[in-house]
Amino acid sequence: MKGRTFVRHLKEGAKNIGRNGWMTFASVSAVTIMLFVVGAFLLLIMNMNAFADSLEDDVELRVFIELTADEEQQDELETEIAGLSQVDTVEFVPREEGLENLIVSFGDQGQVLEALREENPLNDVFVVQAEDPQQTQVLADEIQTLENVDDVEYGADIVDQLFSVTNILRYAGIAVIAGLMFTAMFLIANTIKITIIARKREIQIMKLVGATNGFIRWPFFVEGLLLGLLGAVIPVSALSYGYVRLVDLVEGTPELGFLTMLPANPLTLQMAALLLGIGAFIGIWGSMMSVRKFLKV
Amino acid sequence: MYVITMNEVWKTYPNGVMAINGIDIHIDKGEFVYVVGPSGAGKSTFIKLMYREEKPTRGTITIDTEQLADLKERHIPRLRRKIGVVFQDFKLLPSLSVYENVAFALEVIEESSANIKRRVMQVLDIVRLKNKARFLPHELSGGEQQRVAIARAIVNNPSVLIADEPTGNLDPETSWEIMRILEEINDRGTTIVMATHNKEIVNTIRKRVIAIEGGRVARDEVKGDYGYER
Ligand SMILES: Nc1ncnc2c1ncn2[C@@H]1O[C@H](COP(=O)(O)OP(=O)(O)OP(=O)(O)O)[C@@H](O)[C@H]1O
Ligand SMILES: [Mg+2]
Repeated sequence: MKGRTFVRHLKEGAKNIGRNGWMTFASVSAVTIMLFVVGAFLLLIMNMNAFADSLEDDVELRVFIELTADEEQQDELETEIAGLSQVDTVEFVPREEGLENLIVSFGDQGQVLEALREENPLNDVFVVQAEDPQQTQVLADEIQTLENVDDVEYGADIVDQLFSVTNILRYAGIAVIAGLMFTAMFLIANTIKITIIARKREIQIMKLVGATNGFIRWPFFVEGLLLGLLGAVIPVSALSYGYVRLVDLVEGTPELGFLTMLPANPLTLQMAALLLGIGAFIGIWGSMMSVRKFLKV
Repeated sequence: MYVITMNEVWKTYPNGVMAINGIDIHIDKGEFVYVVGPSGAGKSTFIKLMYREEKPTRGTITIDTEQLADLKERHIPRLRRKIGVVFQDFKLLPSLSVYENVAFALEVIEESSANIKRRVMQVLDIVRLKNKARFLPHELSGGEQQRVAIARAIVNNPSVLIADEPTGNLDPETSWEIMRILEEINDRGTTIVMATHNKEIVNTIRKRVIAIEGGRVARDEVKGDYGYER
């Protein structure tokens, strides 16, 4: 293909966008609506995922040290724990601090515990975090076997439940997005197909004048690409703007302090790239699939 | 040297209709040939075989240097660029202007834009439509649309122009105008094969007449007449 022919295909594809007025409108609308839904779900699911991650990160192990262990043995144990492959951080909490935290956490009723200061019944504790929170239980079993460990505690029930919930969220999110994308591709390809069926006659005429299949296909390729990209413009801008505003709103409302949202900066850019990519892919795929049928004239 | 040759050509459509039943034809370079005959006789099929819209069931067809019987699918565009085709329903691209419709036939052979411009203006001059180059097909009369189709058919200097009832949708006045243009093109050396029902034209502008009946050549006369009542 000569350079000028390539330029001609680009121009022709772009012109077709305008020439096919309402058909362009129909295809672009279909892309717009579907990408809007996909994009909104993407933002939601990315945030739920991050929220689940942050919950998981709060999971920690409490290693109760034998009361009989002396300082040297404690140090030895700390080195051993830190040496385990799954361990991320180890923090020593002396029994005095443990009691202090306990008293504070009881608030007004804390006074009752003041008496315990004389004879502290608590153990010294190592607070351990696993590199991968999902491995907490395995790590707990491992630490349990070490010397001078009295007990290991990590709220097994709650943690196990938490992990099953976050895992469900994650997989459901991926499934929903995949399903939406599939539906979107189908709908959009169909819309584009309808718009091309209307141009079946044109394709036949082009072939009668001696156009090769490739020559006919190229402008459709360009047109499909542009349709997809055009369809991504509104969802990308509206969702990005909306997300920035939402983040501002959540951060400015103290009652919503428990909600931590992903920062708009990388997230909206990632979403934009993904939606533009999906749009372009669907547009091209849809128009290539449809034009293929009419080239056998 | 013949520019169109048909040897023992048969065409049976998939539904069993035997449209062409053993045709032998030789057409010289520069000839003007009318193809006449009753409705359903096989004239359109005869024309379609020449630009390979239909494949012969049997026999050989040669157009210019192309052997149509063993022409590969992907080489059909090459054949179509060597012949110009004109139809009763014009077959213009509705969203393209007059200029763009004619230019299209040159774009497919990747002509330079300077050449395209020169050639398109030349042929629009021949069909006397230079002043309507920017019009869209639906803004033109039937006769004007047919002139655009003719311009597109001859723009890349084909050796053969084939036409299936080119005046079929036009009033008598406009039909004569189209005929003058076709004669002019023929005078420049282009071979023309034209299927028609127009008795007045065939009997006035005398040319070779091939009459087809029941898919066979019933008559082939050098300066023939129409020979049917209508
Ligand atoms: N695509 C097709 N499939 C099946 N049969 C066809 C097809 N095209 C034409 N025929 C049949 O072939 C025969 C010849 O048709 P053709 O169109 O060649 O006639 P024609 O001489 O051009 O007629 P007219 O003067 O009415 O245009 C007819 O019986 C017609 O029904
Ligand atoms: Mg016919």
